[in-house]
Order: sequence, then C-alpha cells, then structure tokens
Amino acid sequence: MAIHQPSTLSEACALLATHNRGSDRDLAPSPLVPIAGGTDLYTHWPQRPDEHAKSYLDLSGIEELRAVRWRNDSLTLGALVTYWRLIQDRTCWSALPMLVQAARQVGAVQIQTRGTWAGNIANASPAADGVPVMMAYDAVVELVSSEGREEIPLADFYQGYKQMRMRPDQLIRSIRIPRRSFLFQRFEKVGSRNAQAITKVGVAIARSGAGWRVVANSVAPTVCRCPTIEALLDDKVTVRGPDDLATALSQDIAPIDDIRSTARYRRRVLARLLYFALRESCSAFE
Amino acid sequence: MKRFEGLEKLTGRTLFIDDLPLENCLWGATVRSPAARGTIRQVRVPNHLEGSGLVLVDHRDLPGPNVVSLITDDWPILAAETVRHRYEPVMLVAAESRAAARRAAAQIEVVVDPLPAALDFRQTPTAEQIQVGDDNVLKQLKIERGEVDEALAAAPIVVEGEYETGAQEHVYLEPQGMAAWLDGEVVVVHGSLQCPYYVESALTRALDLPAERVRVIQAATGGGFGGKEDFPSIVAIHAALLAIKAQRPIKLIYDRGEDMAATTKRHPAWIRHRTGLSEEGQILAHDIEVVLDGGAYVTLSPVVLSRGMIHAAGPYACDHVRIRGRAMMTNSVPFGAFRGFGAPQTLFAIERHMDVIAKQIGVDPVKLRRLNLLTDGQATATGQVIDDGTDRQQVLSRALDLSRFTYKRSQHTAFNAEHAYLRRGIGLACFFHGAGFTGSGERAMKSLLHVAGLADGRVEVLSASTEIGQGTTTIFTQIAADQLRLDPEQILIAQPDTWRVPDNGPTVASRTTMVVGRLIERACDNLRERVGLDAAATGTELQAALVAWHEEHPDEELLGSARYQQPPGIEWDDETYRGDAYSAYGWATYVAEVEVDLRTYTARVIDFVAVQEIGKVLNETLARGQIQGGVVQGIGWALLEECRWQEGGMANHQLTNYIIPTSDDVPSIRVAFLENPYPHGGQGAKGIGELPLDGPAPAIFNAVAAATGVDPRVLPLVPERLMELIEQ
Ligand SMILES: Cc1cc2nc3c(=O)[nH]c(=O)nc-3n(C[C@H](O)[C@H](O)[C@H](O)COP(=O)(O)OP(=O)(O)OC[C@H]3O[C@@H](n4cnc5c(N)ncnc54)[C@H](O)[C@@H]3O)c2cc1C
Repeated sequence: MAIHQPSTLSEACALLATHNRGSDRDLAPSPLVPIAGGTDLYTHWPQRPDEHAKSYLDLSGIEELRAVRWRNDSLTLGALVTYWRLIQDRTCWSALPMLVQAARQVGAVQIQTRGTWAGNIANASPAADGVPVMMAYDAVVELVSSEGREEIPLADFYQGYKQMRMRPDQLIRSIRIPRRSFLFQRFEKVGSRNAQAITKVGVAIARSGAGWRVVANSVAPTVCRCPTIEALLDDKVTVRGPDDLATALSQDIAPIDDIRSTARYRRRVLARLLYFALRESCSAFE
Repeated sequence: MKRFEGLEKLTGRTLFIDDLPLENCLWGATVRSPAARGTIRQVRVPNHLEGSGLVLVDHRDLPGPNVVSLITDDWPILAAETVRHRYEPVMLVAAESRAAARRAAAQIEVVVDPLPAALDFRQTPTAEQIQVGDDNVLKQLKIERGEVDEALAAAPIVVEGEYETGAQEHVYLEPQGMAAWLDGEVVVVHGSLQCPYYVESALTRALDLPAERVRVIQAATGGGFGGKEDFPSIVAIHAALLAIKAQRPIKLIYDRGEDMAATTKRHPAWIRHRTGLSEEGQILAHDIEVVLDGGAYVTLSPVVLSRGMIHAAGPYACDHVRIRGRAMMTNSVPFGAFRGFGAPQTLFAIERHMDVIAKQIGVDPVKLRRLNLLTDGQATATGQVIDDGTDRQQVLSRALDLSRFTYKRSQHTAFNAEHAYLRRGIGLACFFHGAGFTGSGERAMKSLLHVAGLADGRVEVLSASTEIGQGTTTIFTQIAADQLRLDPEQILIAQPDTWRVPDNGPTVASRTTMVVGRLIERACDNLRERVGLDAAATGTELQAALVAWHEEHPDEELLGSARYQQPPGIEWDDETYRGDAYSAYGWATYVAEVEVDLRTYTARVIDFVAVQEIGKVLNETLARGQIQGGVVQGIGWALLEECRWQEGGMANHQLTNYIIPTSDDVPSIRVAFLENPYPHGGQGAKGIGELPLDGPAPAIFNAVAAATGVDPRVLPLVPERLMELIEQ
C-alpha cells in the first residue's frame, strides 16, 4: 500500500495525471484512489484484502479544500467540508436547512465529523443522503485536473449505477449551491432504524422561483430527480391520495428488491411521503 | 454496591482475548463450506500455500472422536465426508499474521457435490431431504394433562391461531475468540466463554486427554446471551488442534462477519394454538403444537424445545392441556442457546393469542387475563401446583397503573381519529419464566462450590460461574460479604479456571444468583463452622480466626464447601414430563405503547413499562439493567432483527444490514419490582436474566394490533411485513 499526501491541489492533480490518466494508466503500478474522510473507503477494509494493495491519495493536507464560503447568492463547499461543519453553521440552518437535516441523519456523530459532502457525491451510492438535498438545491459540482476546471450540475452528474461524469484524473474541488428563497422544502429519510441506518427510501423536496425539485434516493440505480412528479406539481394537477402519485412516480423511479427492502415498499412509501408532505403546502392536494 | 468491572469496561481498559498479548503466537482461520448440504469432493489447497510454512488441520488430525460433546454426538468438529450447513468448518489454517491466515483460508476451496437441502422447517421433508432418522425430527416431546379432546369438543368456543418467530443473532459485543497453547503436557485454552466445564469436557473428549491435561480459563467476556454456552467448545477445540499441530500458541478470533455467519442463533419457531373457552373467556382446554427449526445439528435443541413447551400455555390455569413439540433438522446453521431458551417464542404465541381470543369473543384483553391468571393452589401445564404466595393479579395491576393503560387507550382513540397518518396503541403481555435448569437438571448436576479462607483473613469465592457483563462478580461479592459480615474489599472472586474452581454448573438458565448464590451462602456458613464460629460471629472475629487457622496449618488450604440440595417437595418425571418443572418462577406483566407511521409502516415503541416479581431484589441497579437490556433485545427481536436466509446461510451477516436497536430506537423503559423472597435462592432471589426477553414482543404486537386493527402474527414485524398487513 502506498499513500501520497500532497499539500496543494496542483500537486494532487499532478499525481493523478501521472497515475490515473488514459494510456499511462496501463503502465502505472496502480491507479490512485482519493481519500477524504475515508468513511466509505474503510468500511470493508478487513474483508477486502485486495484493497490493502492499492495506492491512495490522501486529500487531508490540502487546506484550500476545507473552505466554506457564503456569498449573497451561493454557498460553496470545499471538497473536505464535513457534515459536522454545516450542522454547526447557523447560516446554513436558515438559508439551506435541508443540508443540516440530512447531515444530522447521516450515520451518527463519528461519521458526521469525518464524512464529507464531496465523498458522498463521489461514492455514487444510490442511497446517499447528502446527494438528494444538494440536488434539490440545484448544486453544481466543480471538477479539477491538471488540464483545467469543469462544472457539472449535480443533476447531470450520474449516468448509471456508480457511473459519473468524472474522469479518474479529476477531483471534486468544490460544490456550489445557489441561495434562493424557498416556498417549501422538506427532507425525509426512511431507514430501518432511527440512527445509523442506510436509507431504504428517501426524498428531498424544494420549491423556489426555479420551480419544484423532487429528488429521491434508494429507488433507482442513482439518486434521481423525479421530472414527472415535478411537472405534475408545476401544473397543479389535482391529487386525491398517495395512489394518484403512483403512475407519475413509476415513470421516474425503478426500485428493486434487495437485502434492505422491497420494490413494493419503496414505491408505496415514496408516494406516501410525497403525498403527506405536499398536502401541507399544495392546494391541489386534497 | 457498584459494578466492579463497570468502569474499566466503560473506559475501554478491559483486555479481551483479542487484546491480550500472546508471545510467539500464530493466527488461526477457518475454511468453511460454501454449500448448505453435499458431499465434499475435494479440499483444494493452492500449490503456493503448500510448503509455505502454513499449518493446516483437517478431520484426520483429530486424536479423538469427531464430535463436539453436547447432548447428541452428531456435531462434527471438522466436516469429513459431508457438510450439513453453509459455513460449516472443514479445515483450519494458522499463519504468522491474522491477515495471512485469513488470506490463506480464503484461497482454499472446498469443492462440494450438492445434495438436496432441507431449508424450511415448516415443510415435511421430501425423501431426498431426509438426513436424520426417517423424518428429520431431532427431538419430539409431549406434555399432556386431563382430557383435551373431550374438553375441546365440549367447549362453547374454540379459537385457533398460528404464530411464527424468526431467528435472532446474539450480537454480543465481543465476537467469539480463543487462545490455546501447550504448557508442557497440558493443553491450555483461554478465551471468551460462559461455561468453562462445558469447554473442558468437549476438549478432553476431542483431544482424547484426561482432565488433568486440559485447562480452561475464562478471559474477560464481552457478552454471551447463550451464544457462548455451546459454541465456544468448537472454537476452543479448533484453537487447541492448531496449537498441537503447530506446537505454537494460537489465537483464533472471529470477526463480526464470520461470527454472524457461522455461529448459533435463536431457534425460529412455528406455533399453533387451539383453545377451548367458556362464553366469558375462561380457558377450558389447550391444544398446542410447537415446531422449532433446530438447524443442522442437535446442539441444545431438545432442552430449548422442552423449556419452550413448558412455557407454552402461559401463566394461566387450565385442567386440560396437550402440548406437542418437535425440533426439525434443517440445512442451516445450528440453532442454539439464546436468552430465554425457547420461552420467548412460545410466550409470544400465547400472549398474542390471548389478544386474538379477546378480540374474537369480544372480551377486554385485561379481563381475559385476570380471569385466567394462575392463583396459588392451581397447576401449570406439567401439573406443577403453584404455591409461592405471589399476587399475580397485583403484578398486572401495577403495570396497568404505571402505564396508565385505560387512560392511554381512550386517549389513543381520540388521537387516531384526528391524525392524518400516525396511529397509537397500547398492549400488554402477562408471562412467567422458570429459573434454573428444567426438571431434574439441577439435581443431576450436583453443583459444588468452595469459598477459601485465606491466610491474610480475606475470603475467596471459587466458582465456575462467569462474569459476562451481567454482574456475577459484583453480586457474588455482595452475597459473600453479607453472609460473613465482611467489607466487600475483603472478598475475592477467583477467575474461572478449571484448575482452580469446582464445577458449579454453567452460567445459563437464570441460575447464577438464585442457585449458585445460595451455594455461596452455604459455603460461607461452612467456612465459619470450620474455624469453630457460629452464625453470630462478626467479620472481625472471622478474619482473626482465619489468620489463626493458617498459623496453625501452614501451607494448607482452608475451604468452606456447599453442594446443591434440591428444595424440599420438588418432584419431576422426565419420562412423562409431569411435575415440578422449575423450583421457582418469576412473574411479570409488560406494557408497550407504540406509534405506527402509516406513511412508512414503521412501528415505534414510545413507552414501555416492565413490572415483575423476582423474589428479593439484591442489587437494584443490576436488576434494572438486566430488565432494560432484555427489553431492548426484545424490542429488536420484535421489530427489527431479521436473519435473511439464502441457501441456508445468513445473507445479512454484518451489522450494516442486520438491524439491532440503537439508543434512539428505544423509549424510556420504566421498571418496577414486586418482592416476595424465595427461601431457597441466594439472599431470597429468583432468576431474572432471561425473563425480560419474554414479554416485549407480544406486548408490542398487541399494541400494533390495537393501533391499526391488523392482526400481526409473524415476527419480526418489519415495515415491509406491516405494510402487507395494512394494505390487505
Ligand atoms: C457507520 C457509517 C454510517 C454511514 N451512514 C451514512 C448515512 O446515513 N448516509 C449516507 O449518505 N452515507 C453514510 N455513510 C457513508 C459515508 O459516510 C458517506 O458517504 C460520506 O459522505 C463519505 O465521505 P468521506 O469523506 O468519508 O468519503 P471517502 O470514504 O473518503 O471517499 C468516498 C469515495 O469518494 C472518493 N472521493 C472522496 N473525495 C473525493 C474528491 N474530492 N474527488 C474525487 N473523489 C473523491 C473516494 O475515492 C471514494 O471513492 C456511512 C458510513 C459509515 C461507515
């Protein structure tokens, strides 16, 4: 096992360029795996001896990645910003409260103090809790490599199960979240218990001048927006009960049976979470 | 008195077997079966592993018979020709590091020609699935009293019901682990275990050694719950075999995933009730069938079945009772001892059934129980006349008061009519739990205990009872100190070591404080007599006498002893299953209040009251801790914990997906005790360790039924299952 510990972003990008780029990759001893909090990477450490042989790029020495920057119109999170940082950030409570709500439901304190928002995105789990709230807020991912910078809306970032629009030589540098005034926002996480639970079904809902955003997790190969539901809300279609949402939902999600739950449960519960949440704010919901 | 080892454990300073240094040791790992059932065609050891200094052990290395000594000689130490469950041990390896041993074990391939596996204990096995006798039945038992068929035929009302409970994993905080080494001619095993003498007898048999050449020492043990009653024997034998072959010390420590995949669990059960009743709800006849999933080998299934059946009719009077039971062999991991030992399963069934009856005949569930609760002079299913002076109606009343049962019920009606998606309900369970070994078990065991008077005037308790987190050390100190009028600092509790302590039976069956505690009192009396003092002697007098005795008898040992004596009037017939099944019972009523979220179909326990009569409460903090811990484990079993089986193996064998409650999933648990000292228990105590696991599940299910109107009968009631019931 080799660990590289760069102290600047350009050093990190240079290392990635030599180890992880295109044709060189076959020559390189092994590609570098970035580590932020390590809470995803180390979970299976004892069971997966092959991971011990890999080479790692420890990001923790790159100070600039720790920044939390509030502007009038946006919040920018450096790639090393943890859940805990935002839980302690008063501005966040009022400006972007779903970030705090989601952060407080990630694992428990040990994980909240180490786990990062960027790690949550790059781990690309369909069950990630940070991703749906960021996506509902129209977050934009900033990628860097030795070749330059690139910005991708989080909603377009995933292309399939664990497939991202990010090359092996790129790093997430920051996440930018626009500040808006919201008419409604709600985050719901359903796990198999109240803490330390992987989400079985979850949803983040936001309504602003930009329209409705409904983002669900654990119901498709990636965290996903639900465009049919969003359109139904924008069009103020009358909804009489959870079942009225089912048809629209089935166009947006593709849940499966797995070790944690069933497709049937995920479908039904998502419809019910949406219905009871929206009933509070939409006159079209009866 | 405070718990002795509590602070050390809380602050992480206690050293468990994995933490203890072991000079020059090798690390062991286990190669396991990939199939539920089949013939072993080959064990492929890759070339690069052969001759790499790796130590390999298989069944051919066994000096003695290939069985783990328990009730029946069917459990192989290492599979030879066939395998009967996934993760069954086939070969052992030892290497210079833990990682190297695990890597090597992962590279060794067990090639199995599969055979048809029996995977559902509820189904009659097909001819190809038969592996035990001609029906795969591991054990069959019957309890019968009165004229059941006649009474059922004559009863104006008959209510039937079927109930099912799933497996449960112990999740002791410390996984299984043993160290083994050779001390000259002697095989020493040191590790995490509940019952040193069970391990000793399994080792002497497997290694074909006399008892003098085997020594078993308990290390600090991070929880057991029964999981370290039967299973440590096999880990100990494995570690010893490797140590003998390697001629080096061995550490064999399971990680969580291996532990959950390969070790025993609570028996799944299917229970059917047919109950004859009068119009008012008096129970006239019970016809009960109990079927347990025994798993691949017998382990302790016969005794689990028997305890389950004895509790199956609940704490109610009835003259006509028939309980038929069997444990079925299946090709899953062997099921074994787990806190409650069959009783939680059958008490779940009867207590859920009582609410089903109440609903069906339109009687209040509290009234139904009041009408049928045993009163002194009435008999249990085995014909045991209960006459202990406990006011069982009072136990129930206390629980109703503390939980404000009636008030809550009316409040819930209003709440449920108002709320868009939350539904609240309250439910109760009345139950009992027999303490100590079943039937003639204690008499047969003839437990022996010593207390040593030391030359410096202190006293040491020599007992094989283990501290596994439940407080044995503290309560033994308290009992000995009180009995001898000494300060607790003057009492030592010996580390359980088969070379130092006599066999006073295993640390199981809620027997330690009640049965062994009484032995300590009697051994203390005996010690005092040996130095010529009577019961009036003060501690100072005793200590002076101990010092004087040793001055007169240099280098001699001064022991006070006691051997188990059965309380008078106890009769048990093992053939007919009639008589006094237990010398004492704890009595309890638990009340659960739940809130069901109709958006997520999740049931959450929002309040819990546990009232019990357990003889004398010796140490309120410890007793309360036992009850609260048991209730938490019961909440987990009822609502969260589900073993997901795939081809006989547990698919969710990690803590990510096997869901135990966190502190955020349990409500405040209010505990109350009623005291009625039991004259034959240590300081008047009855057993309490297992009791608290019996009540939570049925109380919670009854509360969910009250909240939602559905009729849940299969445990655990995970949201996916509750959704199907609600949406029906
Ligand atoms: C006990 C426990 C509970 C958990 N509970 C939850 C939960 O409730 N909800 C939830 O969503 N998650 C949960 N997680 C998962 C995990 O904590 C989160 O996904 C966390 O956000 C990951 O962040 P990290 O910094 O630890 O990532 P790491 O483990 O360091 O990395 C994760 C992945 O992202 C890559 N990566 C990290 N940073 C960058 C970067 N800047 N650029 C490119 N790639 C990068 C890594 O290479 C790796 O592939 C839990 C984990 C544990 C162990």
